[in-house]
Amino acid sequence: MKIIRHSFDGVIVGAGGAGLRAAIEAAPHMKLAVITKLYPTRSHTGAAQGGMSAALANVEEDNWNWHAFDTVKGSDYLADQPAVDILCKEAIDSVVELEHWGLPFSRLENGKIAQRRFGGHTVKEGEAPAFRACYAADRTGHMILQTLYQKCVSMGVTFFDEFQVLDIKIDDGVCKGVVAYEIATGDIHIFEARAVTFATGGFGKIYKVSSNAHSLTGDGPGILYQKGIPLEDMEFYQFHPTGIYRLGILLSEAARGEGGILRNKDGERFMERYAPSIKDLAPRDMVSRAIATEISEGNGAGPNNDFVYLDLTHLGAETIKQKLPDITDFVRTYVKIEPIDEPIPVQPTAHYAMGGIPTDVDARVLSDAQGSILPGVYSAGESACVSVHGANRLGTNSLLDIVVFGKRAGQSMVDYVSSTKPYSLSDNAAEDLKNKIVNFMEKEHNPNFSVPKIREELQDSMEENAKIFRTDETLTEQTKILSELRDRYKNVTISDKSKVFNTELLEAIELEYLLDMSDTTVASALARKESRGAHSRVDHVERDDKNWLKHSFAFKNGDSVKLDYKDVELGNYEPKERKY
Amino acid sequence: MNINLKILRYNPETDRRGHWEEYSLEADPDERILDLLHKVKWFDDGSLAFRRSCAHGVCGSDAMVVNGENMLACQVLVKEVSNPIKIEPIRGLPVIKDLVVNMDSFFDSYKKVMPFLINEDEPGERERLQSPEDRDRFEDTTKCILCAACTTSCPVFWTADTYVGPAAIVNAHRFVFDSRDNASKQRLEILKDVNGAFRCRTAFNCTTACPRGIQVTKAIEDVKRETLTIN
Repeated sequence: MKIIRHSFDGVIVGAGGAGLRAAIEAAPHMKLAVITKLYPTRSHTGAAQGGMSAALANVEEDNWNWHAFDTVKGSDYLADQPAVDILCKEAIDSVVELEHWGLPFSRLENGKIAQRRFGGHTVKEGEAPAFRACYAADRTGHMILQTLYQKCVSMGVTFFDEFQVLDIKIDDGVCKGVVAYEIATGDIHIFEARAVTFATGGFGKIYKVSSNAHSLTGDGPGILYQKGIPLEDMEFYQFHPTGIYRLGILLSEAARGEGGILRNKDGERFMERYAPSIKDLAPRDMVSRAIATEISEGNGAGPNNDFVYLDLTHLGAETIKQKLPDITDFVRTYVKIEPIDEPIPVQPTAHYAMGGIPTDVDARVLSDAQGSILPGVYSAGESACVSVHGANRLGTNSLLDIVVFGKRAGQSMVDYVSSTKPYSLSDNAAEDLKNKIVNFMEKEHNPNFSVPKIREELQDSMEENAKIFRTDETLTEQTKILSELRDRYKNVTISDKSKVFNTELLEAIELEYLLDMSDTTVASALARKESRGAHSRVDHVERDDKNWLKHSFAFKNGDSVKLDYKDVELGNYEPKERKY
Repeated sequence: MNINLKILRYNPETDRRGHWEEYSLEADPDERILDLLHKVKWFDDGSLAFRRSCAHGVCGSDAMVVNGENMLACQVLVKEVSNPIKIEPIRGLPVIKDLVVNMDSFFDSYKKVMPFLINEDEPGERERLQSPEDRDRFEDTTKCILCAACTTSCPVFWTADTYVGPAAIVNAHRFVFDSRDNASKQRLEILKDVNGAFRCRTAFNCTTACPRGIQVTKAIEDVKRETLTIN
């Protein structure tokens, strides 16, 4: 195992939308490297479909304050309102900037960027659904990822593709660099860098049915959590209402934005009962709960009554072909039905982490609930919690988040690098990772302690006990299961001892991050005795602003989790009952 | 159903050349080919190497040769292919291990065609305008996910890896026909080169192979025709 050294001013971990946007901002001002365990264009930003909201007002009257109101209300008042203001205000320039860089948005007849309806986005603070989501058919994320990568190529940004960062070096509270594993060779690379941004995406693979890529294992949050950095609001995990039955593949909310309707086994448009004014375009937490309720009350379709239908049959072939080509192709490919003629079986799918690495509005990582800054470390995108999504993210706001706060992460790196001097790291910096790898290589393989077995039990049990509806009982049960899985993880072994493309080794290391993400999710959820946004406690059904209008901070405490709390930053909008 | 899976294995640390290994496994007809590979890796042989990420045909990681044809392993179901199922790495690029190939030259070719919007004019404070008709001219080629299924199915590429290949031309097309771009001429000069678009012999393998349904051969023909308009 060779140890190879590199010296940079800044390193960005992850090359999805947030990482690439940060790179575009930082690259002209420093020696910068972007490190990704995939190729940049394989990042999961590319799977985002429906759109990116901004109050461009291309279709109808709109302004960013209404967007902010919707985002705060959608968040069930847990979002920090000054951060939401930044998100919604900077949205407009962010969309325009992407267009200037070449993003092929769909267009209106007058040549302006087309905009469509999306869940929870309204005009005049709830009056009617708003045309706010800027889109490129139903592959908006793909276009954003491609455009940002193209921009990076034009700028000559330095990439380390298929290098997996597995350690950060923080000495005396100051960041000095990261350590990465080169997947093709098994070599270890030390990257000196005093500014490091984690833009590693989410961790949907803690659940069994998920829209997330296999690669979404919480690497960035996991690396920092193991170094004592807290994770914020981990109990708030979004289940997207319309995943393809059993597979979990995402079918965009744009399907409902264009007029699609959810129906139960009797063909009833059940959302009329749950959200009388905006019906199928209610925010995701409400729609997912409604589906789960329909299913539990026996109104689900199919032999096991365990799914509902997404009905697009009334939209017409032309609308479907023009506006929803990809998702209807997914249905044809994986379900073998024609969505122009037949309704699609769907169920909620684990989709998006509202929680993550705590940051301020400049993407600077916080090391405690009092707001202390960890110098030189930044995070943006799904791996971060600013918090702009609070307890429930509105559709389209994630693509917005990655560009707005990705840019801010890049700017913060520039500010920090220009005002500090480089540190050096010795070869000892590789020791921890080297020992971890050597341990896996030397330990004899025992199939009873294999990665897939532990991971499967983790995903099955999280699905069972910590999904849409939670109780003290299910979460306590899950705490026990996680503790037992962690004990087994300590003895985990791998069979592949090779240096080249040893993805079994990487899956073993990623499994520890998945356990960390699950521990913090369950501990935060067990402690929060209220229902808010995506966190639904059957035994505490009301929102409790008196005691719980605050963010959870989960710290690693040996094998368990220690919690602290930080007050929500309010602004223009006082918490009110959330009705649609 | 029982599946007989044959995988062309190669481990550079122990093998001088690739060899076939067979696996017998139970599978649901609705499962993806990728699910079969995971079954082998997770419950039989952890050393099997392949790339994958999104598992639903949008990230472009898992292009491979299945029963002789290029496809994404996550986009094809067991019931759609004949049993036994033979899986090999995509052709024309050096194999690193098992189903993983070195993509460097593929991305180098992509970068050669300047795959980014070039327009030095001041765009103003709002978006540039583009009619839906102008937008439609390059719609098809915006779908490319750089999986390399097209390029590695091309017989010309197999014999001459200096050829930029279908994927690079598709990405040139995406900008050449974008009304907002001002650098078509430079790109077309590159594609007029001996290793450019005219190497294409319209075998149509690329069009068949594209998992995104891009009319790749047509895009190459569009580019060829367009090169005739520059002097």
